Amino acid sequence: MALDKIGIAKRIAQELQNGWYVNLGIGIPTLVANYVPKNIEVEFQSENGLLGMGAFPFDGEEDADLINAGKQTVTLNKGGVIFDSATSFAMIRGQHVQLTVLGAMEVSQNGDIANWKIPGRMVKGMGGAMDLVASAQNIIVAMMHTNKKGESKLLKQCSLPLTGVGCVTKVITNLAMLEIKDNTFHLIERAPGVSVQEIINATEGTLVIPELVPEMKID
Amino acid sequence: MNKVVNNVTEALEGIEDNMTLMFGGFGLCGIPENSIAKLVEMNTTGLTCISNNAGVDDFGLGLLLQKKQIKKMISSYVGENDEFERQMLSGELEVDLIPQGSLAERCRAGGAGIPAFYTPAGYGTEVAEGKEIKEFNGKPHILETALTADFAIVKAWKGDTEGNLIFKATARNFNPMMAMAGKITIAEVEELVPAGELDPNFIHTPGIFVQRIFQGERFEKRIEQRTVRQK
Repeated sequence: MALDKIGIAKRIAQELQNGWYVNLGIGIPTLVANYVPKNIEVEFQSENGLLGMGAFPFDGEEDADLINAGKQTVTLNKGGVIFDSATSFAMIRGQHVQLTVLGAMEVSQNGDIANWKIPGRMVKGMGGAMDLVASAQNIIVAMMHTNKKGESKLLKQCSLPLTGVGCVTKVITNLAMLEIKDNTFHLIERAPGVSVQEIINATEGTLVIPELVPEMKID
Repeated sequence: MNKVVNNVTEALEGIEDNMTLMFGGFGLCGIPENSIAKLVEMNTTGLTCISNNAGVDDFGLGLLLQKKQIKKMISSYVGENDEFERQMLSGELEVDLIPQGSLAERCRAGGAGIPAFYTPAGYGTEVAEGKEIKEFNGKPHILETALTADFAIVKAWKGDTEGNLIFKATARNFNPMMAMAGKITIAEVEELVPAGELDPNFIHTPGIFVQRIFQGERFEKRIEQRTVRQK
């Protein structure tokens, strides 16, 4: 069984390390916050200006002045802090945030990412994505392995306008976990019940397959 | 120095057609609602607006878009607005999209007397087209220039008669940088207090950056994405 969005989020949560500051993008990445392993401490940064982001507020307790970068009402954990946008991106650009998780339309085998613009369609803007991918040390892309037409999103070369170049380190999809190095996708794990052949079929970019490809362990 | 003006009408005096204006806010959070409503009434046109977002159809800068008062938007993200999309696709509206961190820093630089700076954001993308590229520590960076405005319009939670400002929660966002980058900065506040009442240790924007301050009549504070959990 390929993973659903929650499965992808759960697998990404296993990548979190104690003491990390983490920025989560909109969509699947947001879900990662729900599955932080119990034995570690991480803090979530939202680029509109908060660190120590908590859960959604209880019904009736929402505050119009306290939102995340997805413009959703949120809460602040104990010890959380507010700052302005320039300070927020100083944290990001200055590599004080250890991990960025974001979605993508395409990823190429050299780590390029495209996730902000489809020519001919309405362009909404890149928001903070270009700043995030240009500076983060660890960038994990969370996405479906193929698009709605069934075409691979893991490519030799991106066809869409880029958000950043040579920056993605890991990709976690509904089918697999892959690392990007030496201009190649390296298959590390397969989703429960997914065969290596299925992953090969769904990957357009060059794929290195080790002898043993373990199955992900998802609770 | 007393920066207090009596009302929004006095605060916006001098704003004319074809000027460049900065607006604080992220989405609908921390936007100067009272000033935007007054600009709609003034019907000032040909405006270049620097703001992270462009509001929604019937609130925020969307109100100025509806009346075709904006000639150009300089933003990082402009979704959530059908009229914006229509005007952009028909070519009525010019749009300059900038990475969010670069937008924040360009405003900060504009207020801090730094004409330009290098950043890695946007290298290798269309954002870098036509810009100087230089390598530092083995990594390519692009040269981004500072932004300033004829007027910066910001919204704060509390302000005093000297123009010192305190923002509330994430309504801070772009407001402090834009306050620095306006030739004239107008602050609308929820609560205006006499000088000396705000703790100087906890001021976010020093009054030197603010030329006019007034207490807004009404703050709707609309929520764009109300997300809650059940008890």
